[in-house]
Amino acid sequence: MERVNNKELLRVENLTRVFGSGKSQVKAVDDVSFSIKEGEIVTLLGESGSGKTTTARLILKLLPPTSGKIIFRGRDITHLSSRKELLNYWREVQAIFQDPFASFNIFYSIRRVLSNAFRLVTNSISNEEKEKLIRESLLSVGLNPDEVLNKRPYELSGGQKQRIMLARVLIIKPKLLIADEPTSMIDASSRAGILNLLLDLRKNYGMSIMFITHDIGLAYYTSDRLFIMNNGKIVESGDAEEIITNPKNPYTKKLLEDVPVIHRKWEL
Amino acid sequence: MGNLLTAVDLRAYYKTVQGEEIKAVDGVSLEVKEGEVLGIAGESGCGKSTLASVLAFTVIPPLYVIGGEVRANGTNILTLDKETLRREIKGRYISIVPQGAMNSLNPTLRIKNFVIDVLKEHFPEMSKEEALQRARERFEALSLPLRILDAYPHQLSGGMKQRTVTVISTLLNPKVLIADEPTSALDVSSQKIVIKLLVELLRRQIIKSVVFITHELPLLRHFADRIAVMYAGRIVEVGPMESIIFDPMHPYSKLLMSSVLVPESGIKSKKIEAIPGVPPNLKNPPSGCRFHPRCPSYIDGLCNTAVPPLLEIKKDHRVSCFLYGGKDGES
Repeated sequence: MERVNNKELLRVENLTRVFGSGKSQVKAVDDVSFSIKEGEIVTLLGESGSGKTTTARLILKLLPPTSGKIIFRGRDITHLSSRKELLNYWREVQAIFQDPFASFNIFYSIRRVLSNAFRLVTNSISNEEKEKLIRESLLSVGLNPDEVLNKRPYELSGGQKQRIMLARVLIIKPKLLIADEPTSMIDASSRAGILNLLLDLRKNYGMSIMFITHDIGLAYYTSDRLFIMNNGKIVESGDAEEIITNPKNPYTKKLLEDVPVIHRKWEL
Repeated sequence: MGNLLTAVDLRAYYKTVQGEEIKAVDGVSLEVKEGEVLGIAGESGCGKSTLASVLAFTVIPPLYVIGGEVRANGTNILTLDKETLRREIKGRYISIVPQGAMNSLNPTLRIKNFVIDVLKEHFPEMSKEEALQRARERFEALSLPLRILDAYPHQLSGGMKQRTVTVISTLLNPKVLIADEPTSALDVSSQKIVIKLLVELLRRQIIKSVVFITHELPLLRHFADRIAVMYAGRIVEVGPMESIIFDPMHPYSKLLMSSVLVPESGIKSKKIEAIPGVPPNLKNPPSGCRFHPRCPSYIDGLCNTAVPPLLEIKKDHRVSCFLYGGKDGES
């Protein structure tokens, strides 16, 4: 919590997204409001189909909302549309996704994937400096630059690919990172390594992170605050410790009962 | 109670066209006791799914069984011919719910037509109506909605599909059900419902034992009786559930337990560590104990030269690690 200051970074107000029309209309995101402070780590927690990924895509400006507002650093960005403005926005808001296999162009070497990230960095820098930055960022995510730079994505494991995505984030250094199920395709044994790297992003750069996940263990371990989402609505939000130890909403209670934990046995 | 399945020194390798061998299961001995849930835990690529297909006789090239036995009722069923296996063992003695099984339903068939196909394959004389009746009774007994039978797979949720596949796999009352990561793609609530279904199948004696393969240790804590921990094609530790979860002995099992993330008080304040390094390439597994390059208790000159035997250290609890004996025959 040491890096959280009270300056608000992002706020969404009454965000709604409707898919389809008439009878088959689905309110994927239904009147959702929340805010994220600078240096804060939060989790949008919900089951499959709860609308959490749609919310993330709205914030990332990959999908226009049906109604509601998105305010980033005091500026209403709901209707940003020019390429230039969007690029500026993506310099500050980045994402890593669930499937590291789908995040890469399979024909590009890792060097090229990471060099391309410099397109989003404003100040132009020399190639030597780029190479140096790439190497530094790879080292800080626990990869050996000489081993991976000339490889192509299919030569790396899922965990390694997710680390490369984090190295890319280190080059861009956004203000807000949206991590959509960053470890659900990674083995339980390497999950903690990726999460600790993400926690370091806040410690070292004061980055805010929003996790999107159904993994309650992950949410509790990483986050200051939780937003519990069900059927497009946020049903409970607040301090992570408080929600896990003392859930109020019936849906949250059920979710917590269904998680396999070590020290309390299930009724089967 | 006896053993329903006994694997002895089982070896199964994948052979590549370049003539290389990937030793996915390399000397596994294991028994499945009647009435138990045996959990098999390990990282991706440790050979757990390969072990599942060998035990369920769904071995297809490039995977080959190189050696060892799988005994059931005193006979080594690996030596049975294909036709006998298909008629008498598969689906009747052993059945498998493979990984991603919920995607194995035919998208153009209603569930009921798929069920009829399955039953008629085993009982050619059975009429469609009889087959359907049998499926209805089973679905009702396990409190699955009957509308599933009239649905197409895309009309069902992931959890529903997984339960449907599980029920279809157990229509012939197999003694052993092998479930390979049946809940990995599901969210927590659907996961629990699938586990409840397995418990119900056991309680009603429709099946006698379950071999449950997963990388989620917290899940095994809730319904496994015994747990075998697999690493790089071998079993490194096997014992009663409580013993493995609360008092693991092998350094690998210890690290696996300490990397578990669950929402329980205390987790937030301590730093959870990942296991350093990556699982070995099974083309050229490390010499000696296969875990030695990643092991915090590695002893040079011993762990990298000799294979630690799987020794019984506590009651029913076997460990393959020199920390607990096994050097030069001492134990």
